[in-house]
Amino acid sequence: MTLDHLVTAIRSAHDSHTPLRIRGAGSKDFYGGMLAGEVLDVSAYRGIVAYEPTELYITAKGGTPLAQIEAALAEKGQMLACEPPHFGGATVGGCVAAGLSGPRRQQAGAVRDFVLGAKLIDGTGQVLDFGGQVMKNVAGYDVSRLLAGSMGTLGVLAEVTLKVLPKPVAEQTLVFELDEHAALARLNQWGGQPLPVSASFWHAGRLWLRLSGARAAVDAARDKLGGALAVDAEKHWISVREQTHPAFSTPVLWRLALPSTAPSPGLDDLRAIEWGGALRWFAGEAGERHDAVRGVAARLGGHAVLYRAPESLRCLEGTFAPLSPPLLALHRRLKKSFDPRGILNPGRLYAEF
Amino acid sequence: MTTPDPEFRTDRRALAARLGMILPAHCLLVDDEDLRPYECDGLTAYRELPLAVCLPENEGQVIDVLRTCHQLGVPVVARGAGTGLSGGAMPHAQGVVLSLARFNRILQVDRNSRTAIVQPGVRNLAVSEAAAPHGLYYAPDPSSQIACTLGGNVAENSGGVHCLKYGLTVHNVLRIRVVSIEGEVFEIGSAAPDAPGYDLLALLIGSEGMLGVVTEVTVKLVPKPELAQVVMASFDDVAKAGDAVAAIIAAGIIPAGLEMMDKPATAAVEPYVKAGYDLDAAAILLCEADGTPEEVAEEIARVTEVLTASGARDIRVSQSEAERLRFWAGRKAAFPAVGRITPDYYCMDGTIPRKRLAEMLSAITEMEKKYGLRCANVFHAGDGNLHPLIMYDAAKPGEWERAEAFGAEILELSVALGGSITGEHGVGIEKINQMCVQYKTPELEAFRRIKAAFDETGLLNPGKAVPSLHRCAEYGRMHVHHGDVKFPELERF
Repeated sequence: MTLDHLVTAIRSAHDSHTPLRIRGAGSKDFYGGMLAGEVLDVSAYRGIVAYEPTELYITAKGGTPLAQIEAALAEKGQMLACEPPHFGGATVGGCVAAGLSGPRRQQAGAVRDFVLGAKLIDGTGQVLDFGGQVMKNVAGYDVSRLLAGSMGTLGVLAEVTLKVLPKPVAEQTLVFELDEHAALARLNQWGGQPLPVSASFWHAGRLWLRLSGARAAVDAARDKLGGALAVDAEKHWISVREQTHPAFSTPVLWRLALPSTAPSPGLDDLRAIEWGGALRWFAGEAGERHDAVRGVAARLGGHAVLYRAPESLRCLEGTFAPLSPPLLALHRRLKKSFDPRGILNPGRLYAEF
Repeated sequence: MTTPDPEFRTDRRALAARLGMILPAHCLLVDDEDLRPYECDGLTAYRELPLAVCLPENEGQVIDVLRTCHQLGVPVVARGAGTGLSGGAMPHAQGVVLSLARFNRILQVDRNSRTAIVQPGVRNLAVSEAAAPHGLYYAPDPSSQIACTLGGNVAENSGGVHCLKYGLTVHNVLRIRVVSIEGEVFEIGSAAPDAPGYDLLALLIGSEGMLGVVTEVTVKLVPKPELAQVVMASFDDVAKAGDAVAAIIAAGIIPAGLEMMDKPATAAVEPYVKAGYDLDAAAILLCEADGTPEEVAEEIARVTEVLTASGARDIRVSQSEAERLRFWAGRKAAFPAVGRITPDYYCMDGTIPRKRLAEMLSAITEMEKKYGLRCANVFHAGDGNLHPLIMYDAAKPGEWERAEAFGAEILELSVALGGSITGEHGVGIEKINQMCVQYKTPELEAFRRIKAAFDETGLLNPGKAVPSLHRCAEYGRMHVHHGDVKFPELERF
C-alpha cells in the first residue's frame, strides 16, 4: 500500500461526503464511541521508515504493528517507554490515535509525551507533516502531540515519530499485602521520594510495585521498601498492560483518572489501582447511574471513561466525560479545521462530531 | 526593524479612555516614557512601542481588557518577564501589551500530590524554591530561570539543561486556566494524568500567546535527587566530542544533563567564572548523573568508561557540590560571558540530529569567514539543541544585518540537516521567515486554521510565530537567486 492509496481514498470520501472508519488492527474497536462509516483499512501501510538508536527516535508507518517496533527496539536495548497495550495486534497509528499508555506511564510519561512528529492525512486528503525527529522543536503549534488520543477524528496517522528510551538495566517487582487506603497512602508517600518506581498495580488487597533503573538503585530501593519479591513479574506486568489480569474481567469497566491523592471515590466494585494511585478501575453495572460515576470523578478532580461496555451502552452514555460548552465549541472548530466535512471517525470521540 | 501592519488601526485616545474605565490608574500605562521599558523583550534588536500597557491584578480585569480589545479590534500581546529571545513579546504598534507581572502568587504547593498551583507571573525558580522544603522541585530550568515566568514558559514551551531526562514545559505542566480573546474562561488539563477530549494542553503550550492568555498554571513537582555529580571531559576534536555524546546514549544512559561548549565559548567563560575548564580543548562536555548515591556512582563509572573509549583527553568528576556548581556555572554564564567580550551578541536556537553536529560546527566556521563575525557555540548536546552566539557590534553599520543573515543561514542549515529552526526559544518575530523554510504551505495553512479556531479575529499576538503565505512568497523570492537552492549537496528529508 502506498501513501497515494490512502490519499485517494480520503479524497474520494471527502468528495462524496462518505464517513470513514479508520482501522489499524481493530484491537481497540471496543474503545470509544460508535463505529460508523466505511472501513478504511490502514494496516497494510506499514513498515519502519527510520530508526536511529543514538538519536532516540523511531519513525514508522501508521499500520506498523507495535510488536514489530518493539522487536526492533529490543535489539538495541531500547523500548517504547509509555508501555502501550497491544490488545492483540495494535498498530502504532492506533496506539497514538487512542493515546492509551501502560504501567510505565507513572514514571516515564504517556504516549503524547513521546510523540515527536506525525505525517497526517487530513479530512480533505491533504498530507501534512508536523513536528520532526528531534527532541526539541517549538516551531509551529505542536499538532503531532495533539493527535495523541484524538481517536482518528483529525486525520489518518500515516506516519509517526516516537521518542524511544533505553531499557532499564535492572528491574524487580515487590509485593505487599495492603488494603486500598493503605496502598494509596504508601503509593503517594513513595511518589514524593526519589525512588525508581516504574509501575504499581493494586488488586484485592495486594500491591505490586515495579522498580526499574540502575542495578544499585533498584537494590537500594528494595532494601528500603521491604515487601516480598514477586515471581513471574514480567508475565504479571504484561497481564496488567494487556488487561488479561482477572481484575479487568468484567462486562462494564470504568476507568477513573484522578489526582493520585484523591480519596476512595466510594464506588462499589474497585477492581484495580495503577499509576501510583492516579488510575482506578471499577466494575460497573448496566443500568447504573453513569452521571453519578462521572460526577464523583469530576468532584475528585479527574474524569471517568466508560472503558469497556456493550456497544449499546457506550452509544447511549458516551465513552468520555462530556465537555463544557466552551470546550465543546473549541473541539468542533478544531475538528472542522482538519476535517471540514466530518468524514473521519465521526462519533468515535464525541457523538457531537 | 519591523514593517507596519496595515491590518489594524487603533484610535489611541478612545482605547485609553475605554481601558481607563476598566482598570485602576496604577494598572494602566499610556504615556510614551512609561511604555518605553516594554518596547522589546530579550531580543533587543526588534523594538516597537505599544499604545498602552495593561497590568491587571486579577482575572476579572484580564477578561475585561480582552473583551474591550476584542470589541475595538485592538491587538493584544501578553507578556511575562520579557526575557524571551525571539521577540515573542515584542509589542504591536497598534496594540496593547497585557503584562501578567502582577499575577505573582504561588497559590498552593501540595507535598502529597507533588503539584503546585501558581499564577503566570511567578518566576520559574521561585516555584522550585517554594517546593524545596518538601524535597521537591520544578524540573524545567531555562537559563533565565531567575527572572522568567511560568506564563512565559508555557507560551514558549521552555526547556533548560535538564530536559533530556526530565522533559520540557509540555511534560511538566498539568493544567492551565486560559482566557480567550472573547473573554471566555476555560480550563485545560487537570491534576489527574489525563483529561477528556483533545490534548489541548499540548497545543496551548508553546503557542506563543497566539491562542489565549494563561491566568493560572498547575505544575508537576518531582522529588529532588539525593545526589548529583558532573563529569567534565575535554576533547581535542569537536567531532570526537559529538561522537562521545552518541556513544553515551548508545550505552543506554540518559544523563540528567549533557552539554557541550566549544573553544571560543570556554575562552569567553573561563576568565569570567573560573570554572576550571580546559582552555586548550577544542570542546568540553559536561555530563551530569543524578539519583541515589549508588545510582550516581554506577552511572559515573559507565560514563567515564564511554568517554575514555571515545577519546577524551582529560576527564574530571566533581568531588563536591561546590565543584559541581562551579562546573555548571561556566555553562550557565555562557551568554553573559560572551556579552563581556563583544558589544552585542545574537543567540540562535536551532536543533539538529546529534550526529550532524560536527558538520554544523564546521559550516559555522565557514560562515564566520563569510560574514566576518565571530561565533561561540554552546550546545544542549543531549537533545541536539545548538545555541551559536554570533558576536557583533550594533554601533558599526551593517554588522547587525550581517549577524542576522548569519543566524538565518544557521537556522536554514538546521532544517536541511533534519532539525528545526527553534528548540526552545520560539519563533516570535525573529524566525518568522525561517518558518517558511521549515514548513510548506499546507502546514502553514493548518496552523492558521488552528489559530482561527481559538482567535477568529487574529488579535492575539498578530504577526508572530506563523507567517502569512504572502510573507513566505516574498521571502522565497528574496532567497532563491538564479534558481539556486541552498545546500544543494544535502539530502532533503
